[in-house]
Amino acid sequence: MKIKMLGAVLIAMMALIANPGWAQSAQEGAEVDRSATGGAQTLEDILRRQKQLEVDESFRSENLGNKDAAPPIDGPLGTLGGQSNSDIWREIRYNKIDPYVASPGPANKVLIQDEGIAWYKLREGPVITYGGLAILGIIVLLTIFYFVRGRIKIEGGPAGTTIERFKAIERFGHWLLAGSFIALGITGLITLMGRSFLIPVLGDEAFATLAAGSKWIHNNVAWAFMLGLVMTFVMWVAHNIPNKLDWQWLKAGGGIFSDSHPSAKKFNAGQKIIFWTVMILGVSVSLSGLSLLFPFEMPMFADTFGIINSVLGTNLPTVMTPHEEMQYANIWHSIVAFVMMVAIIAHIYIGSVGMEGAFDAMGNGQVDVEWARQHHDLWVEEVEQKEGKGGTS
Amino acid sequence: MKVMIAGFAAALIIAAIAPQVLDQFGWSSAEQYSNPETVRLD
Repeated sequence: MKIKMLGAVLIAMMALIANPGWAQSAQEGAEVDRSATGGAQTLEDILRRQKQLEVDESFRSENLGNKDAAPPIDGPLGTLGGQSNSDIWREIRYNKIDPYVASPGPANKVLIQDEGIAWYKLREGPVITYGGLAILGIIVLLTIFYFVRGRIKIEGGPAGTTIERFKAIERFGHWLLAGSFIALGITGLITLMGRSFLIPVLGDEAFATLAAGSKWIHNNVAWAFMLGLVMTFVMWVAHNIPNKLDWQWLKAGGGIFSDSHPSAKKFNAGQKIIFWTVMILGVSVSLSGLSLLFPFEMPMFADTFGIINSVLGTNLPTVMTPHEEMQYANIWHSIVAFVMMVAIIAHIYIGSVGMEGAFDAMGNGQVDVEWARQHHDLWVEEVEQKEGKGGTS
Repeated sequence: MKVMIAGFAAALIIAAIAPQVLDQFGWSSAEQYSNPETVRLD
């Protein structure tokens, strides 16, 4: 056993040593001799960049000349204020310049935004790849689950009598949230992935129309989503406070694999997980969405990173250009939306084809009493005690 | 099912009136050619 552990540790250490990130930090500490190029980049820098390794740019981003040593304005080089043209271009390149702009605005003073390319690569690469794979992955998993487990039936068949599961206002709030989320999800995917997947199929002109329509829907349906989020939170938060019963439900796996029926009140632990996932991520995606909806007006990431740094001792950037704030908001918005989509696809499955009788709860609000007793026995008892009867037919 | 359709319809109605309502506050987000002094996405 100890040998196995030792082997695992050795493999982990070898993987870390082989990781380019570690190799990079090992090189960062070493002083690079740039005397041969007069302080400019070396062949080694170029080769590292070609190998997709990070290059410490500070040797040139900080090499901006010395303004304090400026020769007088009437002397040689005086008009450049002690800086060479290269110094000034480096200032522009790394956004260290403080230019005068005739049209002052939050972002107008940034002439070149160096971090933008990192955002672009992240958005077009890992975000689309892993986000797309996550959605395809959950669909494949649920399909396999359906064929392995089959539809979860009402044991012994339906009773034929029904009980009111959700009032009309509850269902309205749910469908307002659900309908707007689906619209936002589809239009968001078109916006994010259309360039890669739809332009080759539809062509530029057709995609331009689709993209403009998607943008309009995405920007404006967002308000319905936020209203639905508030409505469902107010109506259901009291029923979604975690308690000891949830732990019992989780330990039994919700009875999905064992055909048992762990006790639950109005919402079981699985539903509570969906509720809090939607609420927490819904607020987060709404805030980043608002930041994107009103460009440069609601920067949030520098302040958020400041708080995270003070709590966790991390070293996240707290000084950002307005563009960088938008780029962080964009990436965060996409990541959170993908996590929500994965959770909601699973929720849609179990609320429709995955479980007999489940859709009725949100369909017409009336569920079969036997279904209710099997999945929410304590809630049925509460309702029966309140009403003093066994349900309505 | 009626409530479900009502929820979807409400989402569309909110989307349709959102630009006009925002414009009243001087917050034009998605609406094009509105008040040129307000924030625009494009």
